[in-house]
Amino acid sequence: MTDIAATPAEFHDAHAHDHHHDADHKPGFFARWFMSTNHKDIGTLYLIFAIIAGIIGGGISGLMRLELAEPGVQYLQAWAATLEGPGATADQANHLWNVLITAHGLIMVFFMVMPAMIGGFGNWFVPIMIGAPDMAFPRMNNISFWLIVPAFLLLLGSTFVSGGTGLGAGTGWTVYAPLSTSGSAGPAVDMAILSLHLAGASSILGAINFITTIFNMRAPGMTLHKMPLFVWSVLVTAFLLLLALPVLAAAITMLLTDRNFGTTFFDAAGGGDPLLYQHLFWFFGHPEVYIMILPGFGIVSQIVATFSKKPVFGYLGMAYAMVAIGVVGFVVWAHHMFTVGLTVNMKMYFTAATMVIAVPTGIKIFSWIATMWGGSLSFKTPMVWSLGFIFMFTVGGVTGVLLANGGIDNYMHDTYYVVAHFHYVLSLGAVFSLFAGFYYWFAKMSGKNYNEFLGQLHFWLFFIGVNILFFPMHFLGLQGMPRRYPDYPAAYEYWNHIASTYGYTLMLAGMVVFFVNVIISLAAGKKAAGNPWGEGATTLEWTLSSPPPYHQFETLPKVD
Amino acid sequence: MNMLKTALAALCMALAPAAAQAQQPATAPAAAAPAAEAGTAAENAATPAAADNAATPAANAEAAKPAFPEAKPVDGIGQPVNGAIGLQPQVTKLGGEAHWMHDYILMPIMTIISLFVLLLMLWVVARYRAKANPVPSKTTHNTFIEVIWTLVPVLILVGIAIPSISLLARQYKPAPKDAVTLKAIGNQWYWGYEYPDHGIELTANMLPEDEAKKRGEPGLLAVDNRVILPVGVPIKVLVTANDVIHSWAVPAFWIKMDAVPGRTNEVTFTIDKPGVYYGQCSELCGARHAYMPIAVEAVSPEQFAAWVKTKGGKMPAEKAAEEAAAAAAEAANAANAANAAAASNAAEAPAANAANATNAAAAATGS
Ligand SMILES: [Cu+2]
Ligand SMILES: [Cu+2]
Repeated sequence: MTDIAATPAEFHDAHAHDHHHDADHKPGFFARWFMSTNHKDIGTLYLIFAIIAGIIGGGISGLMRLELAEPGVQYLQAWAATLEGPGATADQANHLWNVLITAHGLIMVFFMVMPAMIGGFGNWFVPIMIGAPDMAFPRMNNISFWLIVPAFLLLLGSTFVSGGTGLGAGTGWTVYAPLSTSGSAGPAVDMAILSLHLAGASSILGAINFITTIFNMRAPGMTLHKMPLFVWSVLVTAFLLLLALPVLAAAITMLLTDRNFGTTFFDAAGGGDPLLYQHLFWFFGHPEVYIMILPGFGIVSQIVATFSKKPVFGYLGMAYAMVAIGVVGFVVWAHHMFTVGLTVNMKMYFTAATMVIAVPTGIKIFSWIATMWGGSLSFKTPMVWSLGFIFMFTVGGVTGVLLANGGIDNYMHDTYYVVAHFHYVLSLGAVFSLFAGFYYWFAKMSGKNYNEFLGQLHFWLFFIGVNILFFPMHFLGLQGMPRRYPDYPAAYEYWNHIASTYGYTLMLAGMVVFFVNVIISLAAGKKAAGNPWGEGATTLEWTLSSPPPYHQFETLPKVD
Repeated sequence: MNMLKTALAALCMALAPAAAQAQQPATAPAAAAPAAEAGTAAENAATPAAADNAATPAANAEAAKPAFPEAKPVDGIGQPVNGAIGLQPQVTKLGGEAHWMHDYILMPIMTIISLFVLLLMLWVVARYRAKANPVPSKTTHNTFIEVIWTLVPVLILVGIAIPSISLLARQYKPAPKDAVTLKAIGNQWYWGYEYPDHGIELTANMLPEDEAKKRGEPGLLAVDNRVILPVGVPIKVLVTANDVIHSWAVPAFWIKMDAVPGRTNEVTFTIDKPGVYYGQCSELCGARHAYMPIAVEAVSPEQFAAWVKTKGGKMPAEKAAEEAAAAAAEAANAANAANAAAASNAAEAPAANAANATNAAAAATGS
């Protein structure tokens, strides 16, 4: 294995001897897309997968916003009847709601954001940016992708088997015991847990691959301190995955044995503790939020530098701010548990530790602005998304500082305020950076230029839509509206109605524009140049053609 | 207002068969209640409490007893307001302090930081757009500014952390000995309550929407049996659950405490104003997670004592008095037994005295 990493070019030669003379020779369709060992093809597969998962996850949020547009239960009963048969009870309808929120959370986290960020853009651009021909372990890369497909199918399939009250797993994405153990009979929760196991294994293998690639396969002269910030972000993310996911795996394995083999890890009646599960889950769960956002930081750093025609300001500070976020991110988990009955000392500690993260985050935001300061800015679609990201992430960041206060958080905990907060950092943070990266690298990946007007239109519709959708949720939370409710008192109608009708609709319109843009650009887009962005684009992917040859860097580039 | 409530309270008690004999002279002004009000009160009391909810057999038993005269909730207090953008008004001291910290420390800081970043970005976008600044600078470092934007956030965070930590310390002050203890027990999907010091138990099920409307209460928040608590007295709530995790939350008290099976969590607060305060289960607990609200009615300590009686409970002081009386009676009996051998003829007199003592104790507690 080690010599594969050391001389990746030989590896390809050994397996496909006809590659010597033609870097662009591609295998046949099945071999190329189902047995792929090419990092760019696997990246493409991940992106397609993430888009499909995003459509499903986003569709589910559409169902939820439809149901929440007015107080009372309007649609759930009919949907439950479709799923369970005409005799569906009111409890089954309400259980369906829990299935929807669970699926939305799990799909968006494990099957949309993570595959797109790390599997998609990470696979595509980490090897190219460090001047490597491919990932260190191309076959393991293939396994990573093909583990996530059955993982997704298991989760989707769980909707059609019993989860206790009704069909599907209705535990929330956090899968808290004992609701997920004694509280949910039937195989649905087992399937969801196995789905998480497979997705986790996929990510761990991917993380090993990235760490090995970045440590061993950098081109001559590409020192760690010269790596593009996107590579830094994926490196830190890979370490977070490697350290956090096994803890999740342990926790959900204990759930499985509690459910099926009579153990009582999380059952007080047998000497266990339901809170143990929460500690384990959030020891994974908090780093997980950085797993979702750090690659976005990296993408935004590349884009801001490119469109400012200026190198990133405070490069080392930016890189080590991410390292600091990663390290501190491991010692703040119990801020998700401020209402479980922690001791006062624990609450004080987790309050203070959580606030510390605001410092490196602030460094990043100010460094992006300083990168633009004195630059020569052009506002192409990727840049507009990045600007949106910086401001919206700031808004999500400051509400995060508020929630970090253990004595304040009792009020907001498990209300829509928290929903607003994490959608500002994810739906307006991570997702904005995903779109920024998609437009930034679309020409590089497809060889076609996207339509600039449609890209801008997509941004504005989506930007206005998600703000109308999520900002009122702060108000709902401050008024006390609990999250994960299919129905609410009439006094929460005003803002829910606005969020559903105007917010979701505008966002949806933006997404329609996005897909129209993708389809017409792929079908009839202008052939893209190797570097469509000009002098600001200095990373190695822009030295290649668009799309790059099937195997790039057969002779390694020299970086000085 | 208070007068009226007292009157209603008395009326309802009068209607309660169990409580009929417990009428105290103190609640006599009941007679002054207008006939119309009496009618409503009767209606309220006669309404079977959520008898259709099969989740809790206890609910049916409760339904037989009339509910405590329920004060009408006041709009905007203890419940959400449609279209509002701020926190619910706080009726506990610590809630008020947290509210103040949110409004006057956190919100200004959050707003200023967000606006500062927005203005910087707008300035940069306007000033350094390609047209206005065709030649980019090559500046990539400035140690001074980097130190500033590290240190200033640190100072801001310290400024937040100090009041925040001290708020936490105050929230965790243990309850005094004389606090009224309430035990809240989460069940799928209703709240059970116990007053261990008063010997009262009750079950709170959500009222159906039309029933809530009939009683002038918000739907999905109203329950059949409210938790009654005295104002101005420290309250200690012990929170636990029987099946899965629930969370006992009342926004107007700034209280949210998870109900975890196998664990008892404790929160302390003092309610400053009488009124009705609603909350909702705040930890996903299954299908009817949205349908197990919390309703607390805060009343004067006197009304609280009266309510305790209607529920067949005893105030701790009375209990103590009764126990003392019982102990005295026992002592008398013991003495009597000792004397019996010496003077068997006199046996009847002390025995009668002991019986009198028991009666007196019973009269004192009004039961
Ligand atoms: Cu966290
Ligand atoms: Cu509950």
